[in-house]
Amino acid sequence: MRAGTDPPGDPVALGRAEVAHVAKLARLALTEDELDRFTGQLATVLAHGADVAALDLEGVAPTAHPLPVHNVVRPDEPRPGLDRAEVLAAAPDVEDHRFRVPRIGGDAP
Amino acid sequence: MTGGPGGTGPALAVAHAVRTGERSARQVVEEALTAIVDGDGSIGAFVTVTGEEALAAADAVDASVVSGADPGVLAGVPVALKDNLCTHGIRTTCSSRILEHWRPPYDATVVGRLRAAGAVVVGKTNMDEFAMGSSTENSAFGPTRNPRDPGRVPGGSSGGSAAAVAAGFVPLALGSDTGGSIRQPAALCGVVGMKPTYGGISRYGLVAFASSLDQIGPLATTVADAALLYEAIGGHDPCDSTSLAEPPRPVTRALAEHGVEGLRVAVVRELVDGVDADVVRRVDEAAGALEAAGAKMLDEISIPELRYGLSAYYLLAPAEASSNLARYDGVGYGLRVEGPDVTAMNTATRTAGFGDEVKRRIMLGTYALSAGYYDAFYGKAQRVRTLVIEAFSRAYAQVDVLLGATSPTTAFALGAKVDDPLAMYLSDVCTVPSNLAGHPAISVPFGVGDDGLPVGVQVLANARGEAEMFRVAAAIEAAAPAAGS
Repeated sequence: MRAGTDPPGDPVALGRAEVAHVAKLARLALTEDELDRFTGQLATVLAHGADVAALDLEGVAPTAHPLPVHNVVRPDEPRPGLDRAEVLAAAPDVEDHRFRVPRIGGDAP
Repeated sequence: MTGGPGGTGPALAVAHAVRTGERSARQVVEEALTAIVDGDGSIGAFVTVTGEEALAAADAVDASVVSGADPGVLAGVPVALKDNLCTHGIRTTCSSRILEHWRPPYDATVVGRLRAAGAVVVGKTNMDEFAMGSSTENSAFGPTRNPRDPGRVPGGSSGGSAAAVAAGFVPLALGSDTGGSIRQPAALCGVVGMKPTYGGISRYGLVAFASSLDQIGPLATTVADAALLYEAIGGHDPCDSTSLAEPPRPVTRALAEHGVEGLRVAVVRELVDGVDADVVRRVDEAAGALEAAGAKMLDEISIPELRYGLSAYYLLAPAEASSNLARYDGVGYGLRVEGPDVTAMNTATRTAGFGDEVKRRIMLGTYALSAGYYDAFYGKAQRVRTLVIEAFSRAYAQVDVLLGATSPTTAFALGAKVDDPLAMYLSDVCTVPSNLAGHPAISVPFGVGDDGLPVGVQVLANARGEAEMFRVAAAIEAAAPAAGS
């Protein structure tokens, strides 16, 4: 549940530690130089966004999507999908008609 | 200056000549391919040129003309596609290393509709990586240059498409517009660029950047050509659940039958404030021309909520992008860089495959969505979006069409803003409001600035107001000062 959670500290202050954490969440590895550069750049952009963060918007409903459409459904009828061989041909690694990936989690055996 | 609108001539004329047998589609397409081979080395508009496929498609169009079948409203018209539109079996890179060798297993809906209308795809155009940028310098394959001045950027992110049209290589191109990525490069290159109402053109097969903001749209040398292309590819698509169910309004007929008599038009203060004086002068001249053409020009109006548009956009779009781009994990398609386990492989792949701007946006979005910051950033931005939509609604109760600048400046020098992301983002200040609201907007070339470079005037309309928007755009085009004056 996100609503009601207090931001830990000043929401606009973005430091090296936050950028390193966010990069890890986003599966990006940064060099020390990149970490410095991106921290400065992202802090500048967020500071520009501070005008929005400072607004009192109590009672204003959020908009996630510009169209008033809800629950778009279509008849549940079988139809051809993408060609399996063609899809698998674009994959980096395949085994037995499946995408093959390296070991998931745990220590090396 | 390398050419200009010209080349094959406007799409309407090309299609007419091909449909009547006056010219063959093969001849038209061969000319376009020759122009690209001869001229694109110094511009870099194309990532991939599909010569062989294009000639085969042209021959099919010619065969249908000979057989007496209807070859379509865009018969034989060469079209360039931004490289984030999926083309079956043809490389679709998004100008990213991560998709450098990807050949999609299907066509985007717009590609099928172009083909059905007789258009011939001649290639895929350069762009800012994953459509993130305003200069086409964020391409993994090098920048595109502005055909009006090769030392300047063409704008972005659909800079390759705008440059291909401005250089006269093709009369038509498709781009995508998430925060101005069709309109801003159109303005900087001196061509017409239009973003439809959200849902007006199917996004099936458009590689997603920020799904609640993305729209495909036309770039052309004339307003009539842009309307023709919009009409040919618009309309409901069962493959895109966000595409509008109602059929699009017939804009080419509206253009042919109606001028601007009686339409209420007003300049928006927030779309000219902070804009260079030479650009504002052109907006004012366009307004004067509309009044002379019979439009009812109202006093300038203020929509103060638009001042928050850019900040809201640069929280919402990265947030959606961080989610959409999570799919590039080295598993199903695209680049893989091996690692000892799956997390290391994901990280190595994304680190090697994405450029700096994409990394910045992903991190910004991840931050804006993370627990503790969600309410302060993403939640607030979504509420600002509501305010922008409500404010536009109040304005459209009094006016039919709004006017402003498309870009605060004319084309800037290559390299001028690459190390200053915020300065680059400010290029989008006049265009993002229409994306936040899901409204249509178009940029029309209107003379040049003090530097002799093209100026674009932006025409905005309410949701599904394309007919009025195109009518006003055509009147502005008709009054535009001749190039160089």
